[in-house]
Amino acid sequence: MSETKTIPAPVPKATTIEVRLPSRMGFEKVAMATASSVAKLMGFRDDRVDDLKTAVGEACINAIEHGNRLNEVLNVGVQLSVSGDSLEVKVIDDGKGMNKQTGKIATPDIDRKMHGDEAARGMGMFLIQALVDEAEWVAAMDGNSSYVRLVIRLDKEQ
Amino acid sequence: MQSETKARVEQLASPAGDPVSVLRFEGDIASTSKEAVLGTYQALPKETAKLVLLDFTKVDYINSSGIALVIQLLIEASNLGQKVAAFGLSAHFTKVFTMVGITKYAGLFATQTEALAGL
Repeated sequence: MSETKTIPAPVPKATTIEVRLPSRMGFEKVAMATASSVAKLMGFRDDRVDDLKTAVGEACINAIEHGNRLNEVLNVGVQLSVSGDSLEVKVIDDGKGMNKQTGKIATPDIDRKMHGDEAARGMGMFLIQALVDEAEWVAAMDGNSSYVRLVIRLDKEQ
Repeated sequence: MQSETKARVEQLASPAGDPVSVLRFEGDIASTSKEAVLGTYQALPKETAKLVLLDFTKVDYINSSGIALVIQLLIEASNLGQKVAAFGLSAHFTKVFTMVGITKYAGLFATQTEALAGL
């Protein structure tokens, strides 16, 4: 019996997709849906697509809430760049950002949260870093914008 | 843009015959879901609601703010000596809940039957 294999649609070697979101909660889902569509076109497994969606969603929420401080006059830029077997996503806001951060972000301490020694919130950056292959937070030198850069790569067995 | 969180309460019994309050959520669980998640939980009668199940079967989207609401619910439940378990999470959100340590304070189960048996 012949085996049917799903072959992902070809995506040009270097492709960039851009989305601009209003700084309003909920619009992160537009970026999540876009990232999901691109990742599926590239042939990522469903579980990796889910990881990417959550990471992109959290990055957009941070940009909307902390970067642009919910100012709807400001947009959040989302750039998706396909290159070979990797997908890079930059989420850009108009905030000051933080110092360049590539080190390991602390794992939430559920015991401290349960005992009120740590805020229940504040897990977004941890989730981003844990769910993608690369994550870095970059503040522009002029202090007027910042971005988070995420990368996921196709596994060899995909 | 975010779909409204709906919540309703159903009373069941555990296999041992103990009363179980089931909070059935629907829609997104995000920062706007405080009333649906915590408000619904806080309206449970504290004298009788010793076993609580969270049903995520019809939840499409949970972000970190939504997870924080679940943690706040677990803090209140812990203070009241209640036992909490959850079921119906997708494989992805089961992984996320596990990553942030929720499994230490609430069992995660695939189905309601398994959750009732696990309480």
